[in-house]
Amino acid sequence: MLPRSQILLLATVAASLGVTMFSDGIDPYFLLVIKNVGINIILAVSLNLVNGYTGQFSLGHAGFMAVGAYTSAAITLFLGPPLLAAIGMHGVAATAGLFLAALVAGGLVAALAGLLVGIPSLRLKGDYLAIVTLGFGEIIRVIFRNVQSLGGALGLNGIPPYTNFFWTFTFVALTVYVIISMVHSTYGRGFLAVHDDEVAAEAMGLNTTRYKVIAFVVGAFFAGIAGGLYGHSQRSIDPQTFNFVKSIEIVVMVILGGMGNTVGVILAAVLLTLLPEFLRPIAEYRMMIYSLLLIVLMLTRPQGLFTWRRAKVQPAT
Amino acid sequence: MLEVKNLTVNYGAITALRGVSLQVKQGDIVTLIGANGAGKTTTLRAISGLLKTAGGEVLYEGRNIANLPAHEIVKLGMSHVPEGRMVFANLTVLENLQMGAYLRRDKPAIRKEMDYVFGIFPRLQERLKQTAGTLSGGEQQMLAIGRALMSKPKFLMLDEPSLGIAPLLVKTIFEKIVEINREQGISILLVEQNANLALEISQYGYVLETGRIILQDRSLALRQNPQVKSAYLGGA
Ligand SMILES: Nc1ncnc2c1ncn2[C@@H]1O[C@H](COP(=O)(O)OP(=O)(O)OP(=O)(O)O)[C@@H](O)[C@H]1O
Ligand SMILES: [Mg+2]
Repeated sequence: MLPRSQILLLATVAASLGVTMFSDGIDPYFLLVIKNVGINIILAVSLNLVNGYTGQFSLGHAGFMAVGAYTSAAITLFLGPPLLAAIGMHGVAATAGLFLAALVAGGLVAALAGLLVGIPSLRLKGDYLAIVTLGFGEIIRVIFRNVQSLGGALGLNGIPPYTNFFWTFTFVALTVYVIISMVHSTYGRGFLAVHDDEVAAEAMGLNTTRYKVIAFVVGAFFAGIAGGLYGHSQRSIDPQTFNFVKSIEIVVMVILGGMGNTVGVILAAVLLTLLPEFLRPIAEYRMMIYSLLLIVLMLTRPQGLFTWRRAKVQPAT
Repeated sequence: MLEVKNLTVNYGAITALRGVSLQVKQGDIVTLIGANGAGKTTTLRAISGLLKTAGGEVLYEGRNIANLPAHEIVKLGMSHVPEGRMVFANLTVLENLQMGAYLRRDKPAIRKEMDYVFGIFPRLQERLKQTAGTLSGGEQQMLAIGRALMSKPKFLMLDEPSLGIAPLLVKTIFEKIVEINREQGISILLVEQNANLALEISQYGYVLETGRIILQDRSLALRQNPQVKSAYLGGA
């Protein structure tokens, strides 16, 4: 398992570097869509760790994305340039280093937010997480709307366009690699056990709260990374971008992909990102058709569009 | 081995246990019988740390473990097979057994444990790669017991191992319970609706009624007790 997936990881990084070097001729609109596909894969795969593998229900993924987007944008906009000037660094390597640091910082701050939200709500049994994360997503938006130094309701503009094909798909590969390795390790089977039966998992000696918090924090970290990539791809962010609808969009990708099935969730993220683009020519009906399709898919394949492996079975009672 | 003193457990405003006291001696099988809703499951869950207690003590090898988290209690060599065969439905039989040895790091010893489990329940070995959710009810019960043994417990608690299983298989499973007790020297606290069988294989028994122990005696004596006979042994 491990060696093969490491090769796959390296291959993806190398390929995305190659594509980036020859991306000058590619239509910029097309490139933007492809980057969005990558960002949505990161979001969906990371939420899948929480909602799919671990069986919790988070509704606040866009909130963590916002935290990452604002943190990294603040760094590349305000903190980075004077810092680089002070230490006398410039050029490609300097901006790449700055961007990487900004992305990771965004991920870490989002993870910290995840820890603060996760610990109190995951210690309780029941569906507190859904309610708390729902509230968190809204509160985060209110906060950003009122912090004038971060642009208030207008948000941040003129973010440097650092997100290219290489960064996007390097982080896609990294997200998928980390999460798959996590759940396929001996330790990581605990995530599935918590999902299947929390009481039994506890009776086997698993610290179920710790598992849930780890899943939640790792999920938040990658959502923060995705937020950073998004901001530096769109070049502007505002609180409205990261609203409840965005969170739901990611939840739908996870459900449609078949909770706890990474390959399925990736395919669902690709499909649901491209679908609205294909429907763009019939603009007025776009959202209507999109919603209709979702309803049909949910009704006809409630177990997920792409579920074929580990059949989800209800425990016998 | 285990001594429970005056255990009280509440579910919100409802009091489920009102001062339960019981004892399990080293090497014994002790059974706890009682009607539906008497508080048997609650007693086991409070002992294994799955429920918070409101009062009383749980002395395990002389140490009060009341309100310790469940994963700490498992480390002390106590294993609990919860009611309703809660296997990990999406994991394979093998993975379920491995989860049972979750806190152990000694690979060869774990391997030996697994061979012992296969010795008791050969069926599990035949179905190693099957997802547990697709096992039959009886097979799931075997898996739940096998999984509990994987932690190499000194003390095992079983909550209604006969629930929903055909009579013939129930007999087999009870024989295995005795085998585990004798061969491995594991002390057992057994909760059962099937009081007849449970009193047959145990040395001592307690009768629980609405959160209180109303009777206790050697199992042999309990089987002769007219009150027990009429209420729990089908009147005969
Ligand atoms: N989670 C809960 N919340 C509230 N009350 C509960 C809860 N679990 C159990 N009870 C109540 O506590 C009492 C004891 O329940 P318990 O499950 O311990 O009974 P039992 O003896 O195991 O019954 P059975 O033989 O049916 O399994 C019952 O009245 C039950 O309704
Ligand atoms: Mg019960």
